[in-house]
This record gives sequence, structure tokens and C-alpha cells, in this order.
Amino acid sequence: MQTKRTLFRSKTLPYLLILPQMAVTIIFFLWPAAQAVRQSFLREDAFGFKTTFVWFDNYTQLFSDPTYENSLRVTVVFAIGVAVLSLVSALVLALAVDRTIRSSQVYTTLLVWPYAVAPAVAGILWWFMFNPTIGILPYLLSFVGYHWDHSLSGFDAMILVIIASSWKQISYNFLFFVAGLQAIPKSLVEAAAIDGAGPYKRFFTIIFPLLSPTTFFLLVINTVYAMFDTFAVIHATTQGGPAQATNTLVYKVFQDGFIGLNIGSSATQSVVLMIIVIALTFIQFRWIERNVQY
Amino acid sequence: MKFRTLLAAAAALTVMTPAIAAAKTQIQWWHAMGGALGQKLESIVANYNKSQDKYEVVPTYKGSYPETMTAAIAAFRAHQQPDIVQVYEVGTGTMMAAKGAVYPVYQLMKDTGEPFNPKDYLAAVVGYYTDTHGNMLSLPFNSSTPILYYNKDVFKKAGLDPNTPPKTWEDVESFSKKIMDSHAAKCGFTTGWISWVQLENFSAWHNLPIGTEENGFGGLDARLSFNGPIQARHWNNLKKWQDNGIFQYGGPVGGNDAGPKFYSQECAIYMNSSASRADILANAKGFQVGVGMLPYYSDVKGAPQNSIIGGATLWVLQGKDKDHYKGVADFFHYLSSAEVQADWHQFSGYLPITQAAYELGQKQGYYAKNPGADVAIKQMTLNPPTANSKGLRFGNYVQVRQIIDEEFQSLLAGKKTGQEALDAVVKRGNELIAEFQKANE
Repeated sequence: MQTKRTLFRSKTLPYLLILPQMAVTIIFFLWPAAQAVRQSFLREDAFGFKTTFVWFDNYTQLFSDPTYENSLRVTVVFAIGVAVLSLVSALVLALAVDRTIRSSQVYTTLLVWPYAVAPAVAGILWWFMFNPTIGILPYLLSFVGYHWDHSLSGFDAMILVIIASSWKQISYNFLFFVAGLQAIPKSLVEAAAIDGAGPYKRFFTIIFPLLSPTTFFLLVINTVYAMFDTFAVIHATTQGGPAQATNTLVYKVFQDGFIGLNIGSSATQSVVLMIIVIALTFIQFRWIERNVQY
Repeated sequence: MKFRTLLAAAAALTVMTPAIAAAKTQIQWWHAMGGALGQKLESIVANYNKSQDKYEVVPTYKGSYPETMTAAIAAFRAHQQPDIVQVYEVGTGTMMAAKGAVYPVYQLMKDTGEPFNPKDYLAAVVGYYTDTHGNMLSLPFNSSTPILYYNKDVFKKAGLDPNTPPKTWEDVESFSKKIMDSHAAKCGFTTGWISWVQLENFSAWHNLPIGTEENGFGGLDARLSFNGPIQARHWNNLKKWQDNGIFQYGGPVGGNDAGPKFYSQECAIYMNSSASRADILANAKGFQVGVGMLPYYSDVKGAPQNSIIGGATLWVLQGKDKDHYKGVADFFHYLSSAEVQADWHQFSGYLPITQAAYELGQKQGYYAKNPGADVAIKQMTLNPPTANSKGLRFGNYVQVRQIIDEEFQSLLAGKKTGQEALDAVVKRGNELIAEFQKANE
């Protein structure tokens, strides 16, 4: 790897230049994170009058709480669901666009649009379409004999939040896949075609392996997205229900902290989440960025 | 260039506004009344501001009840709290325990010398917000109680008497069957607020305990106990009725889908807050609406007792200057006047908070002109409240409400029986209540 070095004549200038970035990081990340760690060892009433230091009480309580275990399971299912659905559909769309020579620009532009829709708005749109009382999709599903009711069926609710969350992410994945596909040398694909490989064979033996750096990158990004960035969608559609069937870790932090005013437990959950993010980032940098290179 | 002048003007305005308003003491009031109720509230405030020139009340809509409450608490922690905040009844336990944060209303009135007589207020309402020594801690503003609405046209079509609402749950079942058999409507009944209507009020209405220690009024060590056999029977019935189509579930919390089911004439009977009245009358297009009291099981001794309230009260927060509190007291005095209360009650369907407001309504002939408008108050005051029907007061109750919804959904999904679901509510709820007790003792 090539390293770039810039030499500064003054010793203070480089520090001065990174100062704004450091300030942002400290104020908006390190300081709140430290607060969360501190709060996770305290038990406090909502107004903050009585504070007791309780060591790891919040942690032991959290890990013996069956609803937290449930939330963990829900998050895993949800993250896998969102990652798989959005990656597969994005790849299919990208392949389709890659084949069209004319008007691929138009398709690309149109397919990116959903990314511009605010998640809360997207959530409301899906909520409307799937609403068991007034929605169009439950009405259509009733013709094929499926009784859709995400206000009671945890399965339906999970499907709903996965679809609503994936929809937006498809655009993002799509862009990366299109770029990745365009970077694959046409000569390889053509050579394989001349050797008699059909479209499926070409895809699975040439295109897909060559796309794997993009795919791995997107897998991590999508997992992080599903775990931490889907609050608005869940809030607008199911609010964690029914019976906690879509109560992901992030949503639970909000519910326990902001609705339930149980700040200690909420802070503890944030610390656990922080550890998960650090682990995921670590995997991304150490493992993927180094090993998946062609 | 023009844009710049505009900007400069805007900046100058923002700098100057506080200076202009400084002559009057500004009183911040955070509330949770959206839509038509919010507009009414603002007009009440505007009338108050016009009526005198010392104080200016500034109402701010902060979103839903939980949002308003948490916003006020967060603001208090940051020393940016409003003078007055509207808190819903399930937040009462939390507010009462926060002794250093709230300025009890009885104390405020005494300190400022504002005329104030707790006896003017309806006992059934005030009892909810009074401490064990009989002191009123917050000012009741909007209190309601669940009642039963029904579709008179559907009743007629089904061959039922449109002027007789179902009295008992047995009636609800047989009426519903008749309605469905005659195809007058697809479903018998639906309900808003499973937690509030079909469990808490259900218990009070049948004179059954919601929790120990007089439903939590006695102290922080109270625990939930509404998993009795009659509540379990009722929940089992709801499940059975859902299965055969008599009952349709309207969703968690307030039950957003319940209203539309009634408006679209899909369900003939609808149980919800008396404050839904205005909304229901506005949405009931093409049919007549009747009102009745909540149904009860005729074989349960002591039923019907009296129903309990929901809604919100106004809490005064500590940490402001003396002249602010003088203004708050003056405003509260205005807000409790018979004219304002009667107007608010008649517009919204909330209960009249004072005896005088109720009497004023009678004098105006309001109840004669609007039959059914006084069902709520009659139901609330049907019998003198017992230890089981005064209300309820538990910490962390916002989350307990959520647990009730979750377990009810498990019941409807067929995962649990009524008894199992209620036992789970009590077990999980008591853990939260114990946690609250630990944090506040």
C-alpha cells in the first residue's frame, strides 16, 4: 500500500486543523458516551433527585430480563431479514440495469429516489398500505385467503418492518452494485461467453466473486443500518409491537429511557449497543478491508 | 440585497421580542392537546391573556402525553422547565413521588393567597390527585371516563330498541349476535384503550381491586392484583368473542383502529372515553349515535360500582420566581371558573371539573338539549367510591400499560389464556413497580 505523507512546517497547524473534527467528536460522541457509561452504574428517579450507585445491578438485571433476550433475538432476525432482502433485490435491479444499454441512466435515477424519502415518511406510507383496517394490501391479501393483521401477528409485523426498512436501503445498495458491476472488466465476461458459459454460470463464477468486496462492504453497512438506523420506521409502523415482536435493541433503548423513564437500564442498553457497534466496525476494518481484496 | 434586509429585520425582531414581552410575566404551559382540543385550549388562554395585563400564558403543544411528560422531565433536569405541564393520569405516580420537582397546587394557592376551595371540585376527580392527607397536588383540567356508544340505526335494523343500550355483558353478547345474524353490521363491538377500559375500569366498575394498598394510594409498596377470576373470565370472553367475530380489536394504547370500525358502521357498539364524543359525532355520518354506561356482569356482586377517570391534570413545577407563581395561581383561578369549565366540558366531552360548572350546564339546558352528555358524570358518581374504585396510583405505570397491551395481544393471538395473560401482567408489572419503589425510597 502506498502511504501519503504531508509535512507541515509548523507544529501547531495540524492540530489546529483537526480541532473542529475533534470538537465535534468529543461533544457529540465521547461526552454522551461517557455519560451513558456513568448512568449505567446508577439507579435514579426520573427527575434526578435520588441517585444511587449500584455497581453492575443494571447489567445483571438486563441480562436476566427475558424481554431483553427477546429483543436481541428480534434484532438478529430483523437485521438478517433487512440485509438479505435489500441486498438481493438491489443486486437483481443492478444486474437488470447493467444489461440495458439505453435508458439505464433513467432507471438508475428512478431507483435512487426512495433514498431521498425520510424514514418516518416511508414508515407512514407502509403503515397506510398495510393497515389492517384501511390498508390496500390486507384487502388484496384477503383474496388469496391470507388474513393480514400486524397489530396482532408478530410474524406479519416483522415482515412489515423488514419490507419498510429494506425499501429505502435498496437504493443505496443498488448504487454500489451498479458501480461494482461497471468495474468488472467486460473482457472477462465476454471470454466466458465465448467459452460457452450461460448467463447463470457467468454470474455465479465470474460476476458474483468479483463483486464480493462490494457485497461484504454492503453487508456490514446494511447490518449496521438495520440495527441502529431503523428507529423511525419502527416508530411509525409497529412501535415495537405486537407483544414486543418488533422491539429491536435500539427501539427498546428509546422505550425504556424516554417513555418508561428508566434511565439506568436505558443507559446500560446503550452501552451494550456501543460495544456491538465497536465490534462491527472492528470487523469491517480489520477483517473485511484487509482480506477481501482482489 | 432585499434578502439581507429581511434577514436583518428578522434578527432584530428576535432580539427585540423578549424586550417587548418583558413588561408582562410570561408563563409557560406545556400541553398535549392537539387538533380541535388544542385550538380550544389556545382560545381559552387567549381569552385569559386579554382579560388582564399582568401575565401572559404561553401554551406550547409538546406532542402526545408521554412526549409532553418526558419533555418536561428532561427540561427540569436541564433547569429549563415550564411553569405548568399537563400530565396524564398514569404519570401521576411519578409526579407525586418527585417531591422536589412539583409545587403542590394546594400549597401554591395558600402561598399566593388565591381563593381556593378543594370542595368545589368533583370528589371523584380530585380524589385521584390528592395525597394521603387530603391535599390537592395538581389541578384537574381534562378528566374523562369511558362510556359506551352505539349505533342506533343498526340497532333498529337488527330489531333492537334503539333507545336501550346494552346494560350488561350478557346484553352485549346477545345484542351483538342479533346484529350479526340480521346482517345489520359485521361485528358487535370494539373498544379503545384495552388497559384503561377493559381492565382498570372493568375492575373498578365491578368493585374489584386493581392493586393492593387501595390500588396504590396507600404507598409505594403497593403491588398489582388485577389478575382475579372475574377479570380473567372477562379476558377469556373477549378472546372468545374475537374468535366468533362479536368483538374486533382496535390496536394497542388508545386503539387507533377502533374508532374507524365504529364510524364505518362495521361495529355497532364502541367503548371509549367520554372525551371521544365530539370526534364520534363529527365522524358518525349517516347514523344516529346513542350513549350508555359501561356494561357489567350481572352475577358479580357490587357491580356496577363507579367508573374511574383518565385524562390529565396540570402540575406546577418548582424553580421559578415568585411572580411566576402568582400568575400561575391567577390563571388556575380563571381556568376553574364555572364559565370556562362548562364551555370546555361541553365542547370536548371531558367531565365538568367543578360542581358549579355542572350546575351551570344544567341551568343552560345543555343536558336536556344533548341527551347522553351527562352519562359520563352519572356513571362516575353512581356510587360513593370504594377502596377499589377511587382510581389507581403506581410508579412506572406508563410501562405497565404497555405490558397490559402486550399480554392482551398474546391472549388474542391464542398464546395465553386470560388467567395466564393477567398473571404475566401482574408479574412483569410488579417488577417495574418494585424498581420504581427502590429508586424513590
